[in-house]
Amino acid sequence: MRRFLARRLLQSVLLLWVLMTFTFCLTRLAPGGPESMLLEQPKIQKVDLDRIRARFGLDDPLPLAYAKWLGNVLRLDFGMSYHYLRPPLEVIGERMWATVQLGALAYAIALIGIPLGVAAALNRGRLPDISIRVFTVMSDAVPNWWMALVIIVALSTFAGWVPRGQGTEGPLDWFRHIIIPAAILGLGGIVGFTRYVRSQVLEVIGQDYVRTARAKGLTELAVARDHILRNALLPLVTIFGGLLPALISGAALMEVIFAWPGMGRLYLDAALSRDYPLLLAMITIATIATLLGTLSADVMYGYVDPRIRYS
Amino acid sequence: MASLEDPRTAVVISAASSWGTYRRVWRKLRRDPVTLAAAALLGTIVVVTLMAPIITGLLQTDPDQILRTPTGRIATLEPPGPGYILGTDDLGRDAFARLLHAGRVSLAIGFMVALISVLIGAPAGLLAGYYGGRVDDVINAFVQFVFNVPSLFVLIILSVVLRPDVTVLALIFGFFFWPGTARQVRGVVLSVRALDYIAAAEALGASDLRVIARHVLPNVVNIVLVVAGFDVAGAILGESALSFLGFGVQVPMASWGNMLSGSQDFLRRAPWLVYPPGIMIFLTVLSVVQLADGLRDAFDPRV
Repeated sequence: MRRFLARRLLQSVLLLWVLMTFTFCLTRLAPGGPESMLLEQPKIQKVDLDRIRARFGLDDPLPLAYAKWLGNVLRLDFGMSYHYLRPPLEVIGERMWATVQLGALAYAIALIGIPLGVAAALNRGRLPDISIRVFTVMSDAVPNWWMALVIIVALSTFAGWVPRGQGTEGPLDWFRHIIIPAAILGLGGIVGFTRYVRSQVLEVIGQDYVRTARAKGLTELAVARDHILRNALLPLVTIFGGLLPALISGAALMEVIFAWPGMGRLYLDAALSRDYPLLLAMITIATIATLLGTLSADVMYGYVDPRIRYS
Repeated sequence: MASLEDPRTAVVISAASSWGTYRRVWRKLRRDPVTLAAAALLGTIVVVTLMAPIITGLLQTDPDQILRTPTGRIATLEPPGPGYILGTDDLGRDAFARLLHAGRVSLAIGFMVALISVLIGAPAGLLAGYYGGRVDDVINAFVQFVFNVPSLFVLIILSVVLRPDVTVLALIFGFFFWPGTARQVRGVVLSVRALDYIAAAEALGASDLRVIARHVLPNVVNIVLVVAGFDVAGAILGESALSFLGFGVQVPMASWGNMLSGSQDFLRRAPWLVYPPGIMIFLTVLSVVQLADGLRDAFDPRV
């Protein structure tokens, strides 16, 4: 286990380094260079441009600039945001909490998928199963950014109110603003949980020990509760980590549409204004989060299922 | 060593058996109304969008033309009416013409991404599954890399730096989709590889190439077709999200995603613009996924 963990950590660090190097080079080799945004300003003087280049360390040749950048990053210094003129991590820190709120609530909403999956499996082939299947297939095909727009239109027509931003008038107002983006974001998770739980339960139902439990005269409820669900739901803990990448991407869309002041919106604004130091810092953080998600999924998997051996 | 197989009969046998497979698949599909409906819907969407220039030509509209009302004003955000069936957008362009032309772009990206994904993913999965060991490790490293990259963030930064056209966009998406194909193909190859007839073929001295081409590949073709379907769906959804954010297909070229980018400002005034692009994406993705799903069941001899 320890060796497996060490190897996976090493792989993760390697992957992070490759991606960071790639994105760094990408921003440096971009046509017009990192300062291309400034060149689009018609009034900028050559002297000013040179001063700015020197200030942000853009005069160094690529290998030197890269070495400096990597050295600084190892000390958690991502330079200076072009737009905010502050360290990127500071700016991100202010926005992170809003995204965490959105993501946490979306996860909680995704849990609705568990009873749905159980209901579908226990009623296999009958009406509940079929309607749940129609629901999952439909929700998979609807672009969730579009669903958000439709909900906005419906709300503005019927309620005359549309959630924008975080809501400033207490917890109830906050909830009113967060619930819709979080629900749309959680929908993908509901579908994921439903499918996974359904197939897990169906697999367990076919096991010998379930037949034994029935044969010794236990009630259907006792069989379902003590024998089927216990074994079927345990592997669920592994899904949480696996959902994280989709959640990070999805949150960005919801934050843009509902003006939620989180990291996803920050990233898009940074992309529009070519704020490369901020973009690089955020890609690094998003990658670390993704890696931790998949790593935790792998570790949990072995933890809940003793049959899994790490080699 | 003399070949025990007569090449001519071998060809006949494999051809006959593969035609038999497809006849069986077709017999199953014929009794599967959902899959047939999905195929018909997808076919209709493809034909209509392919004929977009002809249709809009007949209706005398154009996706890029800025329309004017009878009084001579630029027709911005006009509700559906004569002259513009689905209304006009914020710049006064015909939403219906843009919807059809956008479909060409969105579908082209979907199918191109699936093609790229299959062209890279299938050989990669084949090699990884067949040879295992070092080859498997290397390919798996690539797969893990792509799976663990926060794709939307990387897509956005690539879009900012490269300013991709439709082809480059499809290439970039393909890069994120092939590991899924590789993984599926690898799984199939691994299970086929363990079968006795592969061992028999190897014992008879068949070369790797022959075993792969003659015995492994036919088993892989089916799964590739299915995975390609899911790739088309995923790519259309991904492209629409990216284009909606303004980082995918660039205006003035229309795609189902970018028809609504920046729409929050005029949603309340022109709600009729919201529905058509989303409904088209929904119908396309739904039909592709249902078709792929139905094919998978039809290919599965146990079902």
